[in-house]
Amino acid sequence: MSVDLGLSPDQESIAELFNGFFSNEAPPAVARAAEPLGFDRELWNKVIELGAPGMGCAVENGGGGASLGDLVVVAETVGRSIAPIPLIDHLAALSVLTESDLVAGEAIAAVAVRPADANGIWSLVPAGAVADVVIGVDGDETVVVRSTPPMSGPLNHGSMPLADRSAREGTRTVLGPASLFEVVLDRWKLLTAAALVGIAEAAKELGVAYVKDREQFGVPVGSFQAVQHGLADLPVAIDGGRLLTHKAAWALDNVTDGLIDWANNEITDGPTLATMAFLFAADGAVMATDRSLHYHGGYGFAEEYDIQMYYRRARGWSLILGDSTSVGLSLADRLFGTVEG
Amino acid sequence: MDFALSSDVVEFRDEIRSIIREFVTPEIADRMHTTGVFDAPELNLELGRRGILERACPGLGKGDPIEMYVMFNELEKAGAPYDGLAVALMIAAVVNKLGTDEQKERIIPSIISGEALVCMGYSEADFGSDLASIKTRAVKDGDEWVINGSKMWTTLAQVAEWLILLTRTDLDLPKHKGLTMFMLPMNTPGITVEPVHTLGTEITNATWYDDVRVGDEAVLGDENGGWRTMTTVLAFERGVMGGTNAGVPLLRHFHEWAVANGVFNEPTTRERMARSIIDMQVATLLTMRSAWIAASGGMPGLEGSMTKVFAVEAYQRASRWTQATAGPAGLLQFHEEGAAGEGFVEYDARHSPVMSIYGGTTEINRNNIAERHLGLPKSR
Ligand SMILES: Cc1cc2nc3c(=O)[nH]c(=O)nc-3n(C[C@H](O)[C@H](O)[C@H](O)COP(=O)(O)OP(=O)(O)OC[C@H]3O[C@@H](n4cnc5c(N)ncnc54)[C@H](O)[C@@H]3O)c2cc1C
Repeated sequence: MSVDLGLSPDQESIAELFNGFFSNEAPPAVARAAEPLGFDRELWNKVIELGAPGMGCAVENGGGGASLGDLVVVAETVGRSIAPIPLIDHLAALSVLTESDLVAGEAIAAVAVRPADANGIWSLVPAGAVADVVIGVDGDETVVVRSTPPMSGPLNHGSMPLADRSAREGTRTVLGPASLFEVVLDRWKLLTAAALVGIAEAAKELGVAYVKDREQFGVPVGSFQAVQHGLADLPVAIDGGRLLTHKAAWALDNVTDGLIDWANNEITDGPTLATMAFLFAADGAVMATDRSLHYHGGYGFAEEYDIQMYYRRARGWSLILGDSTSVGLSLADRLFGTVEG
Repeated sequence: MDFALSSDVVEFRDEIRSIIREFVTPEIADRMHTTGVFDAPELNLELGRRGILERACPGLGKGDPIEMYVMFNELEKAGAPYDGLAVALMIAAVVNKLGTDEQKERIIPSIISGEALVCMGYSEADFGSDLASIKTRAVKDGDEWVINGSKMWTTLAQVAEWLILLTRTDLDLPKHKGLTMFMLPMNTPGITVEPVHTLGTEITNATWYDDVRVGDEAVLGDENGGWRTMTTVLAFERGVMGGTNAGVPLLRHFHEWAVANGVFNEPTTRERMARSIIDMQVATLLTMRSAWIAASGGMPGLEGSMTKVFAVEAYQRASRWTQATAGPAGLLQFHEEGAAGEGFVEYDARHSPVMSIYGGTTEINRNNIAERHLGLPKSR
């Protein structure tokens, strides 16, 4: 135990493997072709060959036994490539599900990030359009439902495979009390945070490459200080988001009875850190895509350019959990206790 | 990644915390605002007496950058006056690295005992960001150097024993090359100090140098090698000596007030507070990263710029919303009845603007990030 803020050699290999895989198999054209549904079955099948769907599961259940830190590295590569596969949702659901077809990735799992309504409907489940299994909260229970995915859903900003799913129709298993779901949701927030860091990173790279290349007034637009300063904030937000996400993963993996001593800035409670990372990475991805799009000038607004795809997903992937005020207030409850009365 | 401090460092941190509990009393925190000197001699002496300053000084004791980060982060979170200590330790490290044996013997013990402070004379009235253009002259006269000119913002000059002074020694060389750094006692004849009062109660100084005579023993580093000495100073600072978590005590003070006045249940306030707490975590993680890079043998210059840009603006955001939320109580100063956060809310709104100015402005840091991290062409 001592401070080490670099990736482990294993994680370096994981990053290299997945970045390589996604840049070969899922360049932005693949995400574009998969719109509006936002799912590419062929790509999912290739990811199965990498063993990615069951990576985080215990070895005795046929999984890869990867740590959350490892999964964070993978999730960032998913965001960076905006690959049209529900790997984040699947990895999060598998924090408690162990069925062999899920571990193998033959069946896809989704996380109903908001509880079911009075009629037992989980609305707008991310990956709900394509998942065979959905895990979520219905009343005071955590339930898992297996049913046929609709393979379509409402057209949406992030071109995400969203759909309403029933918590009661299909093969329903009660896993335990609603509190059991917290582990799943924490992991979903954590991995989504990492994916959002990846989106910000990609947006930064697109923006920087563009302004180095594009010339106006006889010089690259990237030599104008106003443009430089707008872009200079991006690596800061990215590095900050990455560190916070890794700290959350580290805490969820290693810390029991973590601290929530905000008054001394000592926070080692995993679930608290996961929500913090989610909020911070969401803001960072929004800012990075805003600025990168803007510094493309009119071309940033053209459908033909890729930055608009990142712009929409930066908002879609975070907003699906709920408005940021509600998420911020849920964090406040963890930090300060709930408001009485 | 591993975010846990080693058991050695935890022990070190606990020692720092116990010293803080004993020596950073409300009176000491209060005194900095009445004297305008951000320093606590009794704290420095205690750290010196326990060997902590020697231990922390790079190149001297253990010199572990992680410990350095922990020490200043603890002091900053506690609201301790630590500016004097930070400068002194940083310069002790520079003397240890670039000084002659004679200079080391003469200067370092006075600093690591916690007795002597150092002030820094780099900026001038006409040159701040463009530091390499400074005009204060040092001219060789036989065995001696004769220094003439003036400096602006020579903070701590009214209390420091030592002065580190950037001068121009060769007018013919390019601007970065004709500079020489001196380190001399403040009581050398010919130095005049005049206070400059600031918005943030800190009293800095304008300093004048009229035929100040020193020998070669005062040259720190090489003649005409002043810029390299300057770079060494910055390299030791590394962004791990405080200045990145100033919002933490502010949030604590604000929270106490808001709870006591029954206004903490407002959702807007709770959300803003939660977001500032995220900022403070990120700021400390970025600082810790610089320390870790330095501990691994790297030079976190660029990371220091990144940390500073973020941390400073996070603190400024916090000071803005806490004051706005406090309403009229956010206008009241220390010791006034009903002042929000015992006056800290008002104080931080006055103090936070300086953080994006001194020690390299936010614009200079963004230039640095754009050029060195993003690889964009030099603007200017
Ligand atoms: C309270 C206080 C204490 C200080 N203590 C010390 C000390 O102990 N020793 C010491 O030597 N100095 C000290 N300083 C000086 C400090 O380091 C300088 O103020 C700082 O470097 C900025 O220089 P300047 O004030 O001359 O501003 P200028 O350099 O004149 O800058 C004015 C504005 O122009 C912007 N600007 C300048 N150049 C560029 C550029 N290339 N691109 C974009 N924008 C640019 C700046 O960001 C700034 O906003 C202190 C300052 C203060 C306020």
